[in-house]
Amino acid sequence: MAKRIDVSGLTAYYGSHKAIEDISMTVEPRSVTAFIGPSGCGKSTFLRTLNRMHEVTPGGRVEGKVMLDGESLYGAGVDPVSVRRTIGMVFQRPNPFPTMSIYDNVAAGLRLNGSYKKSELDAVVEKSLKGANLWNEVKDRLNKPGSGLSGGQQQRLCIARAIAVEPQVLLMDEPCSALDPISTLAIEDLIGELKERFTIVIVTHNMQQAARVSDRTAFFNLAAIGQPGKLIEIDDTERIFSNPSVQATEDYISGRFG
Amino acid sequence: MDITPTPVRPEPPGERDKSSELAGSTRPGDRIFLALSRGSGITLLVIMATIAAFLTYRAVIALAENDGNFLTTFEWNANADPPVFGIPVLVFGTIVSSIIAMVIAVPVAVGIALFISHYAPRKLATPLAYVIDLLAAVPSIVYGLWGALFLVPHLGGLYEWLDQFFGWTGVFSYDGGAARSLFTVGILLAIMILPIVTNVSREVFKQSPKLHEEAALALGATRWEVIRMSVLPFGRSGVISASMLGLGRALGETMAVATVLSPSFLIQASLLEPGGGTFAQNIAAGFNEATQTGRDALIASGLVLFLITLVVNGAARMVIARHKEYSGANA
Repeated sequence: MAKRIDVSGLTAYYGSHKAIEDISMTVEPRSVTAFIGPSGCGKSTFLRTLNRMHEVTPGGRVEGKVMLDGESLYGAGVDPVSVRRTIGMVFQRPNPFPTMSIYDNVAAGLRLNGSYKKSELDAVVEKSLKGANLWNEVKDRLNKPGSGLSGGQQQRLCIARAIAVEPQVLLMDEPCSALDPISTLAIEDLIGELKERFTIVIVTHNMQQAARVSDRTAFFNLAAIGQPGKLIEIDDTERIFSNPSVQATEDYISGRFG
Repeated sequence: MDITPTPVRPEPPGERDKSSELAGSTRPGDRIFLALSRGSGITLLVIMATIAAFLTYRAVIALAENDGNFLTTFEWNANADPPVFGIPVLVFGTIVSSIIAMVIAVPVAVGIALFISHYAPRKLATPLAYVIDLLAAVPSIVYGLWGALFLVPHLGGLYEWLDQFFGWTGVFSYDGGAARSLFTVGILLAIMILPIVTNVSREVFKQSPKLHEEAALALGATRWEVIRMSVLPFGRSGVISASMLGLGRALGETMAVATVLSPSFLIQASLLEPGGGTFAQNIAAGFNEATQTGRDALIASGLVLFLITLVVNGAARMVIARHKEYSGANA
């Protein structure tokens, strides 16, 4: 259900611009890994290379290796579509399909993968919405549009949609940055529950959030605007926030820059 | 950098209290613009009302003199004494040729629009979009000439094929005459409305939110599935609007129809047989030689065309409004 990601020597470009350079790290299964760092340091770009969403951007390309339990994501003959079916993603702004009902949103990924009986779909939708702590709030209006929910509910709907296809890994790109504190708390609690089933990678601008939800934290930085972002260090979250081995990390965390 | 203060026009103190900041302004520029825009709006309404009143007045005169039944008579002898004329043939011809045009043009236009907005590399998309725009710039009489001189002589093969496989329906039976039928008119109209439907659809598809396209991609959707899940639902009301614009043009198209169609005042069961007529074509063909009553009769038929267009547009708006809750607009 959850797999390990090994990244080695990964460099990503937008056209001729090098966005991130030479990143290597391991993401452990059934854990939460947080990416922190100043804006423009490439943490979102790096996240998007992990499910091959980066190359969707015009000019986006990648060098280096990403292995999912020993299988290369960028190997010859690997279909990016099947990579994205294995590695789910939750975005910064909640993006339920506005033309679909709550039910259809959650079932959308399954319907892509094949045909299911109504009863099977019902079961998966209920399980996923329960998994996203949303079931009690929406069970009476599954056929209403997803866009009618509050921002926090929409984001949990997006999480339900992502976990409905039982991915190996769940990538979250600043999932709480558009939400109020209470909705944020709900998502953070949810992340704590989800990590028992999935490998989770979360990009966040909120260092308290990284400290609260993650087991491991990676700090990214860039030398100057226009320079590629680099991984400065990755370590246990506790260590990063108490006694990081690199001075720049400590400066960033203690608010001396960024 | 030094900051230039905004020049503030000194105002007499009483003036400001009278009108609130939002309700109205006493600045001369605002007043002139208000007068201009309000004037334009009123002028438009007055012109519309005048046209409607004139047309209705003349139409009523004609209808009073009509010796046939306007709604059921299969004949147009408005210049005769007593005048006899009716619109069923025109209603049939106008609607059928437009439906044929829509059935052919809309799927093709949506396909081209999707290709330009989501499939084609930019190097190909830009010139292609330009060529489509050029199609819209061709005058309709040129389409008519092309239709009469090229399309009509070259459609025989297609007609025979349709007759061979679908002739049993009666709708597509063909006995080898010149292809100056409502079906040919429909094909020509389809080509003529293709640019507008394509362009409007393309603009709508281009605006479909990246957010939702990425949501579909991240679920493991292929490009076509992305389009089906996020682009088409978002663009549906836009495609309907685009089709209505095209339909409006097809319903009212005059010269191209008049050049291609071999008109007659009867309803053919087969779409491939010459004959029939449309409102606009009938007006163009008859107006010059018409008597006073004949012209009034043509005006009456023009009013009916106007009503049909109105109903079609209203229906389209209802379709769009019904899906509002699920439209991309509240994303």
